[in-house]
Amino acid sequence: MPELFIPSFRTLARRVFLARTGQAALSATAVALLAGNEALAAQSKSGTKDVTILNTALGAEQEAIAAYQVGAESGLLQKPVLDLAVAFQGHHKAHADLLASAIKKLGGTPSAPKQPADYHFPTSKLKSQADVLRFAADLEKGAVSAYLGAIPLFHNRDLAKAAGSILGDEAMHWAVLRQALGETPVPEAFVA
Amino acid sequence: MKRGNVISAAGLLAVLLAAVPLAAFGLPPGDPARGEKVYGRCFACHAIDRDRTGPRHAGLFGRRAGSIPGFPYSPAMKKAGANGLVWNEETLDKFLQNPTKFIPGTRMTYAGVKNDQDRADLLAYLKEATKEAKQ
Repeated sequence: MPELFIPSFRTLARRVFLARTGQAALSATAVALLAGNEALAAQSKSGTKDVTILNTALGAEQEAIAAYQVGAESGLLQKPVLDLAVAFQGHHKAHADLLASAIKKLGGTPSAPKQPADYHFPTSKLKSQADVLRFAADLEKGAVSAYLGAIPLFHNRDLAKAAGSILGDEAMHWAVLRQALGETPVPEAFVA
Repeated sequence: MKRGNVISAAGLLAVLLAAVPLAAFGLPPGDPARGEKVYGRCFACHAIDRDRTGPRHAGLFGRRAGSIPGFPYSPAMKKAGANGLVWNEETLDKFLQNPTKFIPGTRMTYAGVKNDQDRADLLAYLKEATKEAKQ
């Protein structure tokens, strides 16, 4: 990690870590994203399609949670990066909770997470903190693209809004991870 | 014809032949290096060599849709495979352009890679990367 970069990143990581104490408030925000959506349950065919989108997203969130667990248990992450990874994992858990809640509201069944070994993470290629950060950054970038590609497909605009909220969070993860790797945090004006 | 001209003509022919599979159905020639970057969009759900939320891409070209043993495909994808859908440049081009239109009911709930050049690049990358990877 470049020397010039360390102080600002440590400060950033500490702030993210401290923000975890506000997770109850975040949960309230998540609940608010779906508040007043009793109409969700009344949907039929379009609701079924939304359930499919939500379950695909849930599967990716469950994998992200498992991936951060692998990173946290790898012994390769040092504080404050370790705290940051745990905080980001907490965000993904919140996303998964929100998605599962929406699926249930629509009358669907949330997909169950796989066993950790069934994800077949490329652990043999993770030999340093930078490797773990790169792996996480690629996952987050992919997640941003996945939500971007899913949002136009939602029939329910409130679900699209909730997905947009998650997209924003994952884009921030990606930027922070890029910064931790010493790369330009926001490389372009648009995401794809 | 001079030797240099013969070599140039052969080189040109090779380039044209390489471009034919995609150009034949309207896509411009693809750049695998650029396609690798486009593949980053797929990385939330896919990998070349392992099943994730989506199936692995190793051995993709020539594979019947919905046919990786043990992967939990949607009924729609399994049905498409049973009806004879095989992945090649043309079918992948159509699918990637608008997955839920090409196979209604697919779990690949992604709006699609709309840009022709992006799709051509992605297909060029996939063709190389999935050939080399173990299935």
